[in-house]
Amino acid sequence: MSYLFRHLDVVARLSGEHVRLVGVSLMIALAIAVPVAVAITRRPWLARPVFGVFSLVYTIPSLALFALLIPVFGLGFWTAVAGLAAYAQMVLVRNTVAALRGIEPAVLEAAHGMGMSDRQIFWRVQRPLAMPVFIAGVRVATVSLIGIAAIAAWINAGGLGTLVLDGIEHDYPQKALAGALAAVLLAVVADQGLRMLERRLAR
Amino acid sequence: MSAPRGIRFDRVVKAYQPGQQAVDDVSLAVEPGRFVVLLGPSGCGKTTLLKTVNRLVEPTSGSISIDGVDVSATEPVALRRGIGYVIQQVGLFPHMTVAQNVAVVPSLNGWPLQRQEARVHEMLELVHLPAHEFGARFPRELSGGQQQRVGLARALAADPNILLMDEPFGALDAIERTRLQGELIALQRQLRKTVLFVTHDVDEALRMADAIVVMRTGRVVQYGTPLEIIARPADAFVSELTGGHDLVRLLGLMRVADVPLAHDGEGPDPGAAIGLQADLRAALSAMLAAGTARLAVRGDDGAAAGTLTFETMIQAARAATGKAPP
Repeated sequence: MSYLFRHLDVVARLSGEHVRLVGVSLMIALAIAVPVAVAITRRPWLARPVFGVFSLVYTIPSLALFALLIPVFGLGFWTAVAGLAAYAQMVLVRNTVAALRGIEPAVLEAAHGMGMSDRQIFWRVQRPLAMPVFIAGVRVATVSLIGIAAIAAWINAGGLGTLVLDGIEHDYPQKALAGALAAVLLAVVADQGLRMLERRLAR
Repeated sequence: MSAPRGIRFDRVVKAYQPGQQAVDDVSLAVEPGRFVVLLGPSGCGKTTLLKTVNRLVEPTSGSISIDGVDVSATEPVALRRGIGYVIQQVGLFPHMTVAQNVAVVPSLNGWPLQRQEARVHEMLELVHLPAHEFGARFPRELSGGQQQRVGLARALAADPNILLMDEPFGALDAIERTRLQGELIALQRQLRKTVLFVTHDVDEALRMADAIVVMRTGRVVQYGTPLEIIARPADAFVSELTGGHDLVRLLGLMRVADVPLAHDGEGPDPGAAIGLQADLRAALSAMLAAGTARLAVRGDDGAAAGTLTFETMIQAARAATGKAPP
């Protein structure tokens, strides 16, 4: 623990990097996952190929996935972001599809019958009704990305993984422990925060 | 020549798969202000036919027109804004309050908030759910019957001329169903909408309809008033569906005023009287209860209007079925 308290500034800076890494990855992941999920609910035949690809990506060990992306993006931040965003797809798309499919068909029929356009149905009916399950997906994705992002230090992307890596390399368990604890703390805070949001939306 | 008013179906066919017609060459005219029931067993195409009116189903061939305008000429979203739609599962928006649900179409139409609010009040009053008590509630806090009242208020909110109702009371218990049927009849007397109402419940159809369309395997078997359907069924299918020459049902569709009354001065049995507007089923019931074959008839103003005898009543019922008096 001594490292953690003597180097709070370092831990704080790396935590910031870590949050940024996860945050940017999540934003990009959502920008892809939400339209894909909406497309799947409108054209069900898309489900098979899309889930096929995403579950394949999901089975690749994260370190291997980062390694595969190095030739494309080089070493560093954006490689990590690409890998993390790819990882999050499976959870995000699956949950978003489940959220949209969970809406009672009669509600959508009534919406159509009353003369709502597809766009109005999405924003006024589907989006609010899908929100709790969707946020649950975001929560699971966020927590797992916080964990996987620690590995991104191997490809020079910064974040709390740097402490773990250095600690192992220099046989300095205190340092590795500090990085791990900070990552766990981030995950717990994210999890609880999003749970609260979920509960508020489910009311 | 002015365009025909009301809803017209012209040789409408809907085949979900080639050779399997859900709706098979249906031509019908529904006059404005009429309450027309589409009646038939499940799978007879009545719901499919209903949904061609608001283009939730597009016909394979044939056309549907409203007041002379082909529905396919109007963009579906705009078309549906002008047609009320009520379904069995109600489909209220669970994340919106009762008031917000009722305001959906007015808000889509861009009404100013004040007008929306006034309209919500008026509509909830109309379905006996006072806004101050129910407006702020969520659908899950209402009973099935109350939810369908909101469904009806929502469908009427933008004051459409046409109301499409797909088994709206099918999921309710018998007491609620009877109550809502009564309220809808009263509402219709007041509002005079053109209503297309789908059901498989014969008694509901007889009670609600100005005219009944009996359907079977996508075709119209008979189109007539409830009395015509019961008294002169077009074929064995209609006869079986409506309970096969059920004379008691038939009496329920005829009024005392439809029967020639006796004025022979021979006093009716005391204590047994009936109104001119009562149906003959009620008259029969009154006769049985009083153990008499004669009832004093009171006019709408309460004055004596004559005597209803069992014989004349039965003759009138037999005449309605086309049978000569014995």
